[in-house]
Amino acid sequence: MSDLMQTFCTQCGEESAGLHADCAMQAVLSPPRYCGDCGRRMKVQVTPLHWVAVCSVHGEITG
Amino acid sequence: MTTTESPADFLARARAQVLDQGVGLNQDDVLRVLQLDDEWVPEVLALAHDVRMQWCGPTVEVEGIVSLKTGGCPEDCHFCSQSGQFQSPVRAVWLDIPSLVEAAKETALTGATEFCIVAAVRGPDERLMEQIGKAVEAINAEVEINIACSLGMLTPEQARQLSDWGIHRYNHNLETARSYFTNVVTTHTWDERWETLRLVHAEGMEVCCGGIVGLGESLEQRAEFAAQLAELNPAEVPLNFLNPRPGTPFGDLPVMEGKDALRTIAAFRLALPKTILRFAGGRELTLGDLGAQQGMLGGINAVIVGNYLTTLGRPAAADIGMLLELNMPIKSLTKTL
Repeated sequence: MSDLMQTFCTQCGEESAGLHADCAMQAVLSPPRYCGDCGRRMKVQVTPLHWVAVCSVHGEITG
Repeated sequence: MTTTESPADFLARARAQVLDQGVGLNQDDVLRVLQLDDEWVPEVLALAHDVRMQWCGPTVEVEGIVSLKTGGCPEDCHFCSQSGQFQSPVRAVWLDIPSLVEAAKETALTGATEFCIVAAVRGPDERLMEQIGKAVEAINAEVEINIACSLGMLTPEQARQLSDWGIHRYNHNLETARSYFTNVVTTHTWDERWETLRLVHAEGMEVCCGGIVGLGESLEQRAEFAAQLAELNPAEVPLNFLNPRPGTPFGDLPVMEGKDALRTIAAFRLALPKTILRFAGGRELTLGDLGAQQGMLGGINAVIVGNYLTTLGRPAAADIGMLLELNMPIKSLTKTL
């Protein structure tokens, strides 16, 4: 899943073809919180060197 | 302090007291640091750095932190995206023990000697204590690292149990000045937090206690907070700068100006000359890369490496590279328990 193909903003969960400008600034210091495909709020686990975000429908993304 | 004392005279007096004698500044003098004009910031940072080198030495303590239980907290700390009382995007989730051990291993590989396990709770219940016991055993079996915990308010029995498990340091932040606390948290009191810190100390664990600046407190209250921390005399003070999180009551507060953040670092070092003063959350936003270096040369002698509990930090390699560039050796492991 890439931001370019998203239909929901992964920071605020609203419909958007990618991140909103304000949300893009947030995204520098915040992992995705909403699924880019469906806008569902994801379960996100942050560890010192990684993060994992899980959508109950569209699966897992990592960083 | 006299009202006619010039900034130069004030800094000379501060130098004689804090650098030469190791005696921290009192609340009035901390306020004086916080009120210095911008032109005096380089000088006060240089003094704070000298104080750190004199009383703490050149090494930097590196720590990783990880959230064992994220979100769904019943408390209403107005800065926190993990409170269940606000419409925050953070969902409740637990980290399993194998993932926790993996995180500890990765943290140790950065050179970190501290690994702090954090839970977003009012205080630990039986299930959380059981998980902590398992986590400590699993990490100790595979990783050479000091384990710290931050699990909210403790009972005397829980404090004793954590100490018995070898938790060498316990974090519980007072967050802000006593006089401002009710503007930040309403579901428990500053004094309840103080009581947990007393229990931690009584059980022989090192006390880690700091807070967040930029919560809307006045400079007077920021100075009050530094003085209250000095009275507590913790082994470590983590210094966070508010990163306003969406959905929280403080989500629209402004990000602190870099110069204010640097003045705060110097002021806290001059109030706490012998304490581990750790760069914690929000520094990326408030100070950026250049400001982070200035902070390291202005009294800071510890960092949280990598990510925070729900937000991302600078890449670990960037911080380790910065320490190398600054010729600041990373503190080595001395397991004492």
